[in-house]
Amino acid sequence: MKAFSRLLERLYYEHSTLGKTRLLLDYLRTTPDPDRGYAVAIIADNLSLPNFKRGMVLELIRSRVDPQLLSLSHDYVGELSETVAHLWPGKTEGDLPALHEVVEALRHTPKAQLPDYVAGLLDRMTSPERWALLKIGTGSLRIGVSARQLKQVLAQYGDQPVERIETIWHGVDPPYEDLFAWLEGRAEAPAVHEKLTFTPVMLAHPLEAKDYGLIVPETYAAEWKYDGIRVQVVHSSVGRALFTRTGDDISGSFPDVLEHLNFHAVLDGELLVQRGEEMGSFNDLQQRLGRKSPSAKHMADYPAAIMAYDVLMLEGEDVRPQPYTARRALLQAALDNYQPGGIRLSPDLPYADFAQLETLRGSVDNASVIEGLMLKRRDSAYVAGRPTGPWYKWKINPKLVDAVLMYAQRGSGKRSSFYSDFTFGLWSGNQLLPIGKAYFGFTDAELKELDKWVRHNTLNTFGPVREVKKELVFEVAFDAVQRSTRHKSGYALRFPRISRIRWDKPAPEADHLPVLEALLATGEGK
Amino acid sequence: MTHPRDWIEVRKEGVWCKPGDFYIDPMQPVHAAVVTHGHADHARAGHDHVFATPETLAIMRSRYGEAHFTEAEHPMPYGQALEINGVRVSLHPAGHILGSAQARLEYEGSSIVFSGDYKRRADPTCVPFEPVPCDVFVTEATFALPVFRHPPLEAEIARLLTSLTQFPDRCHLVGAYALGKCQSIICALRAAGYQETIYLHGAMVRLCELYQTLGIDLGPVAVVTPDNAKTLAGTIVLCPPSALKDRWSRRLPEVLTVAASGWMRIRARAKQKGVELPLVISDHADWDELLQTLTDVGAPEIWVTHGRDDALVYQATQMGFTAQALHLLGYEDDSE
Repeated sequence: MKAFSRLLERLYYEHSTLGKTRLLLDYLRTTPDPDRGYAVAIIADNLSLPNFKRGMVLELIRSRVDPQLLSLSHDYVGELSETVAHLWPGKTEGDLPALHEVVEALRHTPKAQLPDYVAGLLDRMTSPERWALLKIGTGSLRIGVSARQLKQVLAQYGDQPVERIETIWHGVDPPYEDLFAWLEGRAEAPAVHEKLTFTPVMLAHPLEAKDYGLIVPETYAAEWKYDGIRVQVVHSSVGRALFTRTGDDISGSFPDVLEHLNFHAVLDGELLVQRGEEMGSFNDLQQRLGRKSPSAKHMADYPAAIMAYDVLMLEGEDVRPQPYTARRALLQAALDNYQPGGIRLSPDLPYADFAQLETLRGSVDNASVIEGLMLKRRDSAYVAGRPTGPWYKWKINPKLVDAVLMYAQRGSGKRSSFYSDFTFGLWSGNQLLPIGKAYFGFTDAELKELDKWVRHNTLNTFGPVREVKKELVFEVAFDAVQRSTRHKSGYALRFPRISRIRWDKPAPEADHLPVLEALLATGEGK
Repeated sequence: MTHPRDWIEVRKEGVWCKPGDFYIDPMQPVHAAVVTHGHADHARAGHDHVFATPETLAIMRSRYGEAHFTEAEHPMPYGQALEINGVRVSLHPAGHILGSAQARLEYEGSSIVFSGDYKRRADPTCVPFEPVPCDVFVTEATFALPVFRHPPLEAEIARLLTSLTQFPDRCHLVGAYALGKCQSIICALRAAGYQETIYLHGAMVRLCELYQTLGIDLGPVAVVTPDNAKTLAGTIVLCPPSALKDRWSRRLPEVLTVAASGWMRIRARAKQKGVELPLVISDHADWDELLQTLTDVGAPEIWVTHGRDDALVYQATQMGFTAQALHLLGYEDDSE
């Protein structure tokens, strides 16, 4: 338990991904089973402790600390677990049980006795250890380690491709002793075929001008590229699941989607909000994301559906080695046969030559859910990873505006001494209204120049933020613009980035807000 | 016998002793000032007469030059009393930094102690706090919330040394106050067996030299220069907190940002400042030390100055003291 608390402490403050990886690898190397497995489960948020409630923690601290001092402290610290960790009385620090003993006790102690067990531990802990225990209990660590990163660390630990970890991940359970045995070369990979697992997905390269010659209708099929969430829907004899493209299980957030798949298969497709024939915007989809258990009304307001574009497994058979055309035919036949509601086949876009494709791409009117074209080799098998050649993505050209730099903020990590996060705005009459923020799109040399410019042109400082003279123009590229009630300007940009620094352009000549109205996505909202 | 409330006043310049016509830690130049310690928000230049410990006067000379006063310095070793216009004044160790003192004032049979800033735990760079009996005890409240409990210094230093072995290729840049904190960290590193050269930001050199002259052994220290900066991977470099994110720090290789302060106890506060290794090292009393001190001093009446006075006034009242807040503006809330 002490080692785990030290790990959390370091992970919390480490902001570089590389640093976090190193800390995790160190921990895995030096910690025995089953502790390290439970640690992984806690960080991946894969451990459920239904009896450990925030209310229990409140009860415990209220019976120990003066209410006035508790309330002053909570106000000051702002977060309950940390407040309790600091406030807990007593200084008799002592030995602690191993992490696995703590986890098992938290799982199996009857509800009525749990408060006493937790209090007994807290009595013997330092403040960071108490914080760790309370975080384990109440979930939501917020230490900046994603499930994806954790899988990469495990892959690195066992010198295995991350796709293999993703495949196995949902078939193993805490404390993952079989997984570690395999990673350390002491055993075969855990057998997971009986379970619901994620199959690593196939990814595309961006189409560059040098590749244009390759794209002929005999070799490549064309489909729309959708701006939703890439998902994998799984239905087998064991059950159903929905995964993101990195293998995170999001079944709980989309029970309606799981319902749709009424035959045994693994499908690759795009998760979209869809009302009848009309496809909702990314904005609509965002209403569904992040809700762990959506209400029936919410699901009715924002019905989720799948635009399927590939099939990996069909009725128990692995069809990935078959060519694209054959897989699509299988998928088409299955959809015709089972008629699942809410699952549609991404349509094939016939074209005669490359010029026609360019016209197709040009016809995309910044629409809500189409962001370009996908070009897939007709004879290609479904391969995990990002092979060069079989799949290309060809996004529509970004939108551009000339905006004026308004505020700059220091970055983090290596960039912490540089002003690298920029807020920019467009003119509305004779004032500027902020439309977005970007922190990439420039070179390191340009960043140095920008940093210098910010320091020499500061008007005001608000903590880490500097307000600068309204004199520097950025050409800002973005994928789409949407209405927003959160921004004063009334608009929000998707994927804004700095495409050019217009040292030459006078600020009064930058764009005015109405240009965004013209670029506004169609099919907005309801 | 007159109660101190009748002869002590809070004025815009600072706390004023009416019969003695002098100020305690005034924020503006005055005719006569009793200065408890050398931190810039307590010791300012330009007074006519300055009453302080010999060490504090040495610090003021080092910071503001030989002519930091206009008339005279009045060195007051710990425990030696002096009459200023009929008020008996003496200074007593406060344990905050080298030379730091509490000021005891006695007038017509009643007494008041201004503790200045203080801490209770051992610090090799200064004389430990001494409880001084009095009628009114004036305490600081920088960390006056029960969430502030500083861990032992040795434990925090051990965390720094562990990180240095875990990340031997990174320059451990420690933000710490140049006066007091910097030197106590160096001493604690030495006590933990760290023998390597410790590197200093230019702004810290003079004060470290002063400490060495006053008999505090800091071991091998050297200043960061444009020439050696690139070679400081795997070393400990100390700088003022403001320099952590300054352009100055860019020249150092693979910086790991460390900050040493009592505020580092609060996670969000450390994270917001981009600190990767927060060390809870303070030269102020924590909650337990504050309460212990009220009991040790035993004064029936407590006045609370800068910091979180609401919690301390509340708790002191619960403990049976008469307590009130004395709102002193100008002392920095973040004074470390």
